Amino acid sequence: MEYQQVSYQLNVNGRACSIENVEPRMTLADVLRDVLGLTGTHLGCEHGVCGACTILLDGRPARSCLMFGVQSQGHEITTVEGLAPDEEHLSPLQNAFWQEHGLQCGFCTSGILTTMTWFLQQNPAPTRQEIREALSGNLCRCTGYQNIVNAVESASQHSQQLHSEAKT
Amino acid sequence: MAIGEAIKRIEDPRLLVGKGRYVADLSVPGMLEACVVRSPYAYARIQGIDDYAARACRGFVAIFSAADLPPDLPPIPMRLTPAQELAHALQWPLARDTVRYMGEPVAVIVAATRYAAEDAAEQLLVEYDPLPAVASVQAALKQDAPLLHPLLGSNDVHVIESRKGNASEALRHAPQRLSLSLSVQRHAAVPLETRGLLAVPDEHGRIHVYGPTKVVHFNRSVLAEMLHCDPALIHFIETDVGGGFGARGEFYPEDYLIPFIARQLDRPVRWIEDRLEHLMATNHSREQYHQLTVGFDDNGRLLALDDEIWVDTGAYIRTHGVTVPDLTQAMLPGPYDWPAFRLLTHVVVTNKTPMGTYRAPGRYEGTFVRERMVEGVARALGLDPTVVRERNFITLDQMPYTVGTRGLGEEVVFDSGDYRRALARARQHIQWSEFAGRKSQARSEGRLRGMGWAFFVEKSGLGPWEDASVGLDARGRFYCYSGLAALGQGTETILAQLCSDRLGIAPEQVRVVHGDTDVVPAGNGSFASRGTATGGVAAYIAAEALKQRILTVAERYFEASAADVRMEPEGLSVIGMTTRRLSWQEVANFAASIGITLDVSERYNAPHMTYPYGVHAAEVEIDAGTGHVSIARYLVVYDVGKAVNPLLVKGQIAGGVAQGLGGALFEELAYDDNGQLLSGTFIDYLLPGACEVPDIEAIITEDAPSRHNPLGVKGAGEGGTTGAGAAIANAIADALDAPPDAFTSLPIRPAIIRRWLRQAAGQGSRDSIE
Repeated sequence: MEYQQVSYQLNVNGRACSIENVEPRMTLADVLRDVLGLTGTHLGCEHGVCGACTILLDGRPARSCLMFGVQSQGHEITTVEGLAPDEEHLSPLQNAFWQEHGLQCGFCTSGILTTMTWFLQQNPAPTRQEIREALSGNLCRCTGYQNIVNAVESASQHSQQLHSEAKT
Repeated sequence: MAIGEAIKRIEDPRLLVGKGRYVADLSVPGMLEACVVRSPYAYARIQGIDDYAARACRGFVAIFSAADLPPDLPPIPMRLTPAQELAHALQWPLARDTVRYMGEPVAVIVAATRYAAEDAAEQLLVEYDPLPAVASVQAALKQDAPLLHPLLGSNDVHVIESRKGNASEALRHAPQRLSLSLSVQRHAAVPLETRGLLAVPDEHGRIHVYGPTKVVHFNRSVLAEMLHCDPALIHFIETDVGGGFGARGEFYPEDYLIPFIARQLDRPVRWIEDRLEHLMATNHSREQYHQLTVGFDDNGRLLALDDEIWVDTGAYIRTHGVTVPDLTQAMLPGPYDWPAFRLLTHVVVTNKTPMGTYRAPGRYEGTFVRERMVEGVARALGLDPTVVRERNFITLDQMPYTVGTRGLGEEVVFDSGDYRRALARARQHIQWSEFAGRKSQARSEGRLRGMGWAFFVEKSGLGPWEDASVGLDARGRFYCYSGLAALGQGTETILAQLCSDRLGIAPEQVRVVHGDTDVVPAGNGSFASRGTATGGVAAYIAAEALKQRILTVAERYFEASAADVRMEPEGLSVIGMTTRRLSWQEVANFAASIGITLDVSERYNAPHMTYPYGVHAAEVEIDAGTGHVSIARYLVVYDVGKAVNPLLVKGQIAGGVAQGLGGALFEELAYDDNGQLLSGTFIDYLLPGACEVPDIEAIITEDAPSRHNPLGVKGAGEGGTTGAGAAIANAIADALDAPPDAFTSLPIRPAIIRRWLRQAAGQGSRDSIE
């Protein structure tokens, strides 16, 4: 097998990042974690089921364990690190997870936050059942999902409230 | 913040922005990566290993097989419930001549990257001579079965027996008897983060190991023994951990191999388990078979129980020794005042992944068996199942109650409990008296509705002791050093909350330090729902003692009575004198100036376990066409003595139920007759998702504080799981008006329900989908 290396540019969390001399087979998840040091994206199964590695690719959820880094050239990538500047400035969704005890070990949380960030943009006022369906591609082994659903619901209600206050 | 307040966790902001540091997130310069080569066979002799092609792979650094390990290397010892004769069934880190389960480590390849290590592993040629596998308890107990560990003389390697009264006599005279075969399938903890380790040797001959958790001090002593080195040369550092549930943090083959190899190569080595490995390498659990006869009278009074139990423990005895069989038997009698029982448990070895504990070990299984049986007694007599339970409860005035079994080396003595009251609360909350109406209403609309009950008694707070050091440092910051581990359950918040309760400060002001063997000298770790009930109590006592010292300092400074001094987040003040204040920095400075050390270490001894209890009630509906079970309501009433943080207790209950539900309906580590694991991916091993787990109605009660500790706390980590298998099975059986001998094994999949419905309809044709 011939050994190859490639270099390319990725747009991650609004920044242009150079990926130098990596194997073309390197997954996007490994590029993010091991090359760029963005270890907030987690690997729970590496076969596309658990959803822990979900990132946003041009705003839509994608499994970073199932695609190669080279494939994501030219796309806007958002990881959990791109959802808030730091712990002092959580996004409304992240804050709702904190308020509602929507995480325990925190391992699945990154992929759930990215997925739900997209989902609330698509459906700003979901029902609980719609939230559950949107969560069905992410596994959580700690919470039993209930507080995650509560958190998403609460974030949605909070933004609806802000929205209606802004109107009046 | 006071004990009992539902405060937010102090761990969360960091985890929410992706700043958690799990072991796979760590890397150091010069780090190599390891890949474990595992047996594809359940049982085989290793004929030879040809590494010529592997060595030629790009990035290859080294390979280790059993021949490369020290000849005097001992096997991995038992941590809990050791049975000395079982030393002949312990596992070595790498298979020597024979592999005994699919997934057993055979070699470790180390390379520049994980990619390169896997390339080389693919090129490694291991020649096996397959042997006929012993893939089930039945196969293991056959007369001519091959013996997995010949020195033990049998595959039935260990027997545990408990007796109370004369069970055979009582059964003979019982007006009614019911015999049942019940079983729980093999499934496992499956934390969302797989295992992993990073071992970094330094120039002083020490090795720093990142990734151990749960019982870091114990595991460090095991590693020291296996490496023949001074424990002081080993530094374990707990990272963030993505869930444990019993499986993560035990001492596995890799816990020796990775530090050993790092020392041999004098390079940092990282190993991160992948999910496919995890499902065959990390402890399995639960698989057991019960054959029981229960005797009772016409009023449903339980008179005697005889239960013979076979636990499929897999190919080797691992760190848990015989904990799962031991606890199955210890807790099987449950909340009932049995006049007589005989329990006999066989520990059976097979060519499958070894077993360890998984949340509510032995109790999930035993509660399924007992509560399905009690429901059967009620059904046989046409009595209300809650009334039958009530008639047999150990009563308040019988507490403390000696059960007549032993568990984890202690006589089982329930410390406190008001079982009637818990059941009454559940009945009222779920509107039990109106359920018959709901059921017949549903029937009239073509829906099959059922209610299932499960009462459980849990155990928690295993000793023997736990340490805490609480203090105010020179910079005016509070700390709490604990021997507990944090695996995602909120250990830091609970310890900080307990300290803040005593000290009048905010929980965020307490820096909680745990899991680092260089800075926390001793500890027993986090398992068996012991954290709050042992380490939490130690922190509480230490914080109270620190408070007294701080008040002494305050009296000296303010020349006022301690009764007039207030402790607040900002510091100390004197009541009624707004100008008289000291910041915590000033308190630290002043204490130092007068020679008072603001650091208190306490050891809390916990000679007895404590026994929380509760009840699960599941109301389900079954689709008669598909066999699909939907859970309309799910209630857990859980008496934890004292809930330090109800938000976290409810989180434990909801998460625990989800896991129990997985075992009841979905999860199974299935094997074929050759010992091949059939459910080795997340496509086949079904974890419950957000659409499968309902909202849980959780009621936390504090009716029966523990008599054993000053807070009255009992562990809260496992009761959410314990009753779920039983409650779901009972609800399904009730919806279908099935007899006691139906739905006696888990998981209950739609195909099983459809088959039962067909048989009930007298068709009996074979389902092509099965």
